[in-house]
Amino acid sequence: MNPGVTNPPVATAFFFYLLAATMIIGGILVITRRNAVHSAMALITALLAQAGLYLMLYAPFVAGVQIILYAGGIMVLFLFVIMLINLERTVKERQFNKQWLVGIAAAAALGGLFIAVYTTTTRGKELFSEGRLTYGEGQNTQAIAGLLFDSRTGQYMFAFEIASLLLLVAIIGAVVMAKKRI
Amino acid sequence: MGALMKELLLYIQSYLGSDKTPGGAGNIFWATVYILLVFGGLSVAVIAMNWLERKILAHMQVRLGPMRVGPHGLLQPIADAIKLLLKEDIIPAEADKVVFWIAPFIVVLAAFTVFVVVPFGPTHAITDMNIGILFMLGVSSLSVLGIVTAGWASNSHYPLIGALRSSAQMVSYEVAMGLAVLSVILLTSLHGVDLGLYGTGASNPQASGTLSMIGIVQAQQEQGVWFVFKFFPLGLIGFFIFAIAMVAETNRAPFDLPEAESELTAGFHTEYSGFRWSLFFLAEYSAMIAVSSIAVTLWLGGWLRPFPALHGPIITIPHLWTPVDPAAGALDFVFALFPGLTFLFFAAICFFNTARMPKHPLFKIQTMGLAGFGAVLGLIGLLMFIPAVRDRVGDIFWFSAKVAAFMYLYIWYRGTFPRYRFDQLMKVGWKVLLPTGLGLLILTAVFAMHSELWAQFTGAGHP
Repeated sequence: MNPGVTNPPVATAFFFYLLAATMIIGGILVITRRNAVHSAMALITALLAQAGLYLMLYAPFVAGVQIILYAGGIMVLFLFVIMLINLERTVKERQFNKQWLVGIAAAAALGGLFIAVYTTTTRGKELFSEGRLTYGEGQNTQAIAGLLFDSRTGQYMFAFEIASLLLLVAIIGAVVMAKKRI
Repeated sequence: MGALMKELLLYIQSYLGSDKTPGGAGNIFWATVYILLVFGGLSVAVIAMNWLERKILAHMQVRLGPMRVGPHGLLQPIADAIKLLLKEDIIPAEADKVVFWIAPFIVVLAAFTVFVVVPFGPTHAITDMNIGILFMLGVSSLSVLGIVTAGWASNSHYPLIGALRSSAQMVSYEVAMGLAVLSVILLTSLHGVDLGLYGTGASNPQASGTLSMIGIVQAQQEQGVWFVFKFFPLGLIGFFIFAIAMVAETNRAPFDLPEAESELTAGFHTEYSGFRWSLFFLAEYSAMIAVSSIAVTLWLGGWLRPFPALHGPIITIPHLWTPVDPAAGALDFVFALFPGLTFLFFAAICFFNTARMPKHPLFKIQTMGLAGFGAVLGLIGLLMFIPAVRDRVGDIFWFSAKVAAFMYLYIWYRGTFPRYRFDQLMKVGWKVLLPTGLGLLILTAVFAMHSELWAQFTGAGHP
C-alpha cells in the first residue's frame, strides 16, 4: 500500500451514534409494540446493531457469533413460536403486568451507578480509559482461542465448559419435557 | 481544482499493484468498483441461471424449453423481467402491510451481502475478513428471517405452513453444515506440504487456523491439495455433508418442501406477485451461488486451478509466456489457456447452431442474432489470450467455473430426485448428517494430530 494513504478508522463517532441510536430505538420498539412479531423484528434490529458495536470494539468474532446465534438462531425460534400463537387476541388484550414505575426506578438506579463509577473512582477511569486497544482486529478469533484453550495463556476453559454443561442440561430437560415416551 | 483531480488520480492509482483486496487496502474507490462489478456479475449470473435452468430441465425431460423470444429463447429472461416489473403489485387486504413490504428486502439483503467476502482471487474480493466464513454463514442464515416474516405477514395458510417448514429445515441443516465447515477450519491449522495420502508435513503445534475465506484457500495452496482430497475420505465426507446441507439451506429440490407446488401452491411466497416475487427469485438464486461459493472455497480450492501442486518443466515462449513466478512451468501455461478456450468453445456451439437454424426467411433475424452472440463470445475468448488479461482473469475463471458446476448440479438434482417427505428430511438432517458430521470432526482432529498422539502413546514425549 502507498504510505501516503492511511486507513480511515472504522470506529468513528458517527458509526457509534448511528448504531447506538438504532439499538435504543429498537429496544424501545420491542417493549412498546403490541404485536409480538413486530417486537421480535425490532429486537432483531437491536441485536444486529449490537453486532456492529462489537465490530467497532475490534471483536469481529463476537460480532459474527452474535449474528449467527442471536439474530440467525434464537430469533428464528422466537418467531417460530410467536407465529403459532393467536396474535389477534393478544393485540386486543390489556397489559396486566404493569411494572413501569419499578422499572424506571431500577433503570435510574443502574444508570446512576454507572455514571458514579465512571466519574468518581479512579478505577472507573482506568477501566474506560480513552483509546484502549486490546487485540488487533486480525487476531481476535485466535486471541479468544488462546484465552480459552492455550496451555499457557488459557484461563477460562473451566468456565467455558461449565457454561456448555448448563446448556446440555437445558437440552436434556427440553427433550424430557417434550417427549413423554423416549 | 486541478490539484484535487491529481490527488484523486493518485488515490485511485495507489491501489494498483497492491497485493491486498480493496477493503484490506482501505481504498474506497476500488472497493466501490469491486462492489458494482460483483453485484452486476451476480445479477447477470442469476439471469443466465434462469435461462439455463429452464433450458437444461427441458432437455432432461426431452422438451425444447423456451424457443420463441430470441434464438433458442436467449432473450426469455429479459422478457420475463419486463413482465414481472409491469405486473400489478398486490398486497392482500388482511396482510400485515409493513412486514409484508420489508420481508423480500431482508431476503435480498442477506443473499447479496455475503458476496462481500467471496474470494474470486487472492486480491479479487471486495474485502477479506478475519471471520470470513463465520460472516457468510451468519448473514446467509438471516435470510430465513425474511422467509418466516413473509409467510407470516401474508396472513394466509399456505404461506404460513411454508414458512414454518422453511425455518425448521434451515435451522436443522445449519447444524450439520456448521460441523462440516468446522472440520475444514481444523485443516487450515496444518502447515507444510501434504506428503502422500495422510502426511501433514511438519505439523506445528503453535500454528493457528483461520476463518478468513482468502486464508482458507491459501492454506490449501500451501498444503498443495484441495481439502476435498485431504485425509481421504474424510475431506470427501465433509464435502458431501455440506453439499447435501446446502441444497436444504437454499430450499431447492429435492428439499424444496417450503414451496412444494403440489401441497402448498407456492409456499411462503404464494401471496407475492410482480416485483416483490422477483426479489424472492433473485434472492434464491444468489443464495444458491453464495453457498456454492462457500463449498468451492472450503473444499475445491477456491481460485486454485486443478492440480495446484504440479507445475511441469519450466518453459519460456517469447511474447506469450514469460513466467513471473519462478515455479510456474508448462502445466501453468496450459491451464492459463483454459479461460480463452472455454469461451471459444461456447462461440463454436453458437456458430454450430447458427448453421442449424431453419432457413425460413422468418428466422433471419434470429439467425443473425445467434451469430452475433457467438461472435461476442469468440471475441471475449480471444481477449483472454492476451497475456496481460490472461494472467488476471485466471483465478476468477477457475472460481466461477467451479461455482458453475455446482449450479449445474442444482438443476440436475431438480430434474432427477423426487421431493422428500418432511419426516424423511428431518431424519436425514438429524439422524444421518449430524452424527456423521460429529464423527468426521473427531476423526479429522485425530488425523491432524496423529504424529503428536503417536508420540504420546509410545511415550516419546512431546518436545
